[in-house]
Amino acid sequence: MSLRGRLIVTRPAFRLDLTLEVAPGEVVALLGPNGAGKTTALRALAGLTAMSEGQISLDGQPLHVLAAEQRPIGMVFQDYLLFPHLSALDNVAFGPRCQGVAKAEARRTAAALLERVGLAGHAAAKPRQLSGGQAQRVALARALAVRPRLLLLDEPLAALDAHTRLEIRSELRRHLADFDGVTVLVTHDPLDAMVLADRLIVIEHGAIVQQGAPGEVARRPRTDYVARLVGLNLYRGVADGTGVKVGELLLHSSEHLDGAAFVAFPPAAVALYRTRPDGSPRNLWRARIDGIERHGDNVRVHLDGPIAAFADITPAAVADLDLTPGQQIWASVKATETHAYPA
Amino acid sequence: MGPRRGLTGRRPAGRAASGRLPWVLVLPAVLGLVFLVLPLAGLLIRAPWPTLLARLAEPHVLEALRLSLVCATVATAVCLLLGVPLAWLLARVDFPGRRLVRALVTVPLVLPPVVGGVALLLVLGRRGLVGQWLEATFGITLPFTTAGVIIAEAFVAMPFLVISVEGALRGADQRFEEAAATLGASRWTIFRRVTLPLIMPGVVAGAVLCWARALGEFGATITFAGNFPGTTRTMPLAVYLALETEPEAAIVLSLVLLAVSVIVLASLRDRWVSAP
Amino acid sequence: MFRRLSRWAIALPVVLALAGLTGCGSGEPATSASASAGGEAKEVTVFAAASLTGTFTELGKVFEAAHPGTTVRFNFGSSATLAQQIVQGAPADVFAAASPATMKTVSDASPASSPSTFVRNKLQIAVPADNPAKVDDLKDLTDTKVKVALCAEQVPCGAAAVKALDAAGLKVTPVTLEQDVKATLTKVELGEVDAALVYKTDVIASAGKVRGIEFPEADQAINDYPIATLAKAPAGAAAQQFVDLVLSQQGKDVLTKAGFEAP
Repeated sequence: MSLRGRLIVTRPAFRLDLTLEVAPGEVVALLGPNGAGKTTALRALAGLTAMSEGQISLDGQPLHVLAAEQRPIGMVFQDYLLFPHLSALDNVAFGPRCQGVAKAEARRTAAALLERVGLAGHAAAKPRQLSGGQAQRVALARALAVRPRLLLLDEPLAALDAHTRLEIRSELRRHLADFDGVTVLVTHDPLDAMVLADRLIVIEHGAIVQQGAPGEVARRPRTDYVARLVGLNLYRGVADGTGVKVGELLLHSSEHLDGAAFVAFPPAAVALYRTRPDGSPRNLWRARIDGIERHGDNVRVHLDGPIAAFADITPAAVADLDLTPGQQIWASVKATETHAYPA
Repeated sequence: MGPRRGLTGRRPAGRAASGRLPWVLVLPAVLGLVFLVLPLAGLLIRAPWPTLLARLAEPHVLEALRLSLVCATVATAVCLLLGVPLAWLLARVDFPGRRLVRALVTVPLVLPPVVGGVALLLVLGRRGLVGQWLEATFGITLPFTTAGVIIAEAFVAMPFLVISVEGALRGADQRFEEAAATLGASRWTIFRRVTLPLIMPGVVAGAVLCWARALGEFGATITFAGNFPGTTRTMPLAVYLALETEPEAAIVLSLVLLAVSVIVLASLRDRWVSAP
Repeated sequence: MFRRLSRWAIALPVVLALAGLTGCGSGEPATSASASAGGEAKEVTVFAAASLTGTFTELGKVFEAAHPGTTVRFNFGSSATLAQQIVQGAPADVFAAASPATMKTVSDASPASSPSTFVRNKLQIAVPADNPAKVDDLKDLTDTKVKVALCAEQVPCGAAAVKALDAAGLKVTPVTLEQDVKATLTKVELGEVDAALVYKTDVIASAGKVRGIEFPEADQAINDYPIATLAKAPAGAAAQQFVDLVLSQQGKDVLTKAGFEAP
């Protein structure tokens, strides 16, 4: 079982063009900012949005020629879209019934699935009586009830509060691991993507800008969006064996490479000084403080200068250094914490 | 639909925004109410109460009432059968000339019912475009029959149903239908098991309006179906004829019609139309 | 936004109040005309049976020509309906009814000048021009295959029809009882019924769209048409002048030409 295809959807002022290849049992997350086209891609896979061009095949069979109701898919929608007039059980039994399964049989299947997601006691409940987390589980059970070969999840955790999200996320991960078909999920939350997916596909402006294993993407972002998402300072420059030249500044790293390159370092690796430090670290530059804001337990300092960068420092350090916006200071980052890779 | 969505949005009890009632709204509201209720009061005050029971017991009153209720109910059923699919077509299928069709559907609303009756005669009458063929082929003539009354009532009342149901369809979240499609439901199954239950409040409201309009139908009925006791003389026709000679009898008949419709509408409203 | 809304809200009751005022004053034009009794702009309002539509319209023109500055306004309809309207206070100067009974409704409720019968009208069998059911006389109407329309008993033409059929000793089951003679005639014109009992004058007025068949029993059910000025007649003397015209030789000529018979 595998999914492969090229998805092209053209609209006024927007074009989606993706080439996808997903192995059986693999979970792929489409990650991207709002309006990047990830939901459009998912809807095209489901047959809810018509493709302008391209083709999709599932297990070698053409998928794009089928109407939505004929595709062997299951879909979980962002706000679940449980039928409000049907009980949880009948929501789950809806798919099997449509496939021609007898009522009693469909209900047995549904009851078994509800049991699997831990909702055996809520079979008779109407959707409006379910909590967000329970509704999410019913939605997953409903999508799995049709025994899909392609499971599609649209922002499956977005509607949940932080606490429930944590619980449902790990649960969902277990269910996806058990599922032997192809799974494509859409999210804008990097954490969801990292936990749930075997592979990330980052989409911006309708095109793939980066893909790979979650760890790889997190360590080596290739666009500002991904860098911001994973919390790294990212620059593009030219490497000359010892360092990467970004504008006027030469940033040294532990890697040795030549040619076009990315260089990245975490904000926490940046150190700030009022006066030029002794011993002169290898990556040192003069910066201007553009802004200061709280960031979790730390303080994030926005730096301007030869490169724009974020520096995360402790509140105590802010007090010691007596930092104020507009002030000129020295910034440095150790070569060992700077990561360079080919662009 | 609205109130259901409000799981989290339910407000704490108490009045909206500020406590003071805005007189610019209350005053016209009260005037409007008086305007609507006063004529009813007139009927009640002028009713010949002492002879009321005797007049009600007259067989022709009960006959007209029974005919009215049967015809309005069957007409509503016909409207549901034809009107709900029509509303669905208008709301969900994009076809050329849809705006024109939508305008045409509302024509019976603005057409004087008598004109509607004449138009029905010209089409379904004995010498009408379709009626001629009906009589020649099946020996069916519609004017002056109870079926004719039902047709006239359905013609006049159907727009109420179509407009109400189309509004409900447009208001319903179409993504539920998409969700059903991903679960393998055909369009007919989607309509039957998802769309219809979702828009049920709109369908019921439309059917109630439709029934009420059919019950009060006069012009198209008397023009197309004629007026004969037992077959085509519904309550409004009886009221009109009584008015010619015996206004008191007309008041009694009107009161009966009024009472029956108020009882039916009020019970339906409580059950279906009002929000939970 | 709020300002616009509130202005509307204020305007609405005002509009309603104005509508109410004009509603109450609908009788006023006639009253004010009679008040200015100088003789220039006067108006006579005549309520007349539907069967008089053609003849009275013609007589109205004659009257207006003879009395410059006076206009005649007509309200034609079922005599019974008109009688109810007058009883309910409709501002009529003259009432010309198709039956003494409907005239009595009016004179019982409010004083009117003593009515004089000015014409009589006779029933005919009206059939579509091609007479599909081959109706020749009144007896043919008893055939259940022949669809017959009659006026409802409550209106004069219906009462006359009952009288005629009783006189002939025939029992006819109509398919419909229409609310006035014009509606009955329309059903024949459209071919929806095979025959109807209507006034001879209506057959003549239909100008060939229906055919009239005389029948002897019609003589037993002749309708007298009474005319009277109403006591509260706003137009006063002009109302009596109009009645005089109807009763004059000139009036008779116009009426008999249309098929009415002299009383």
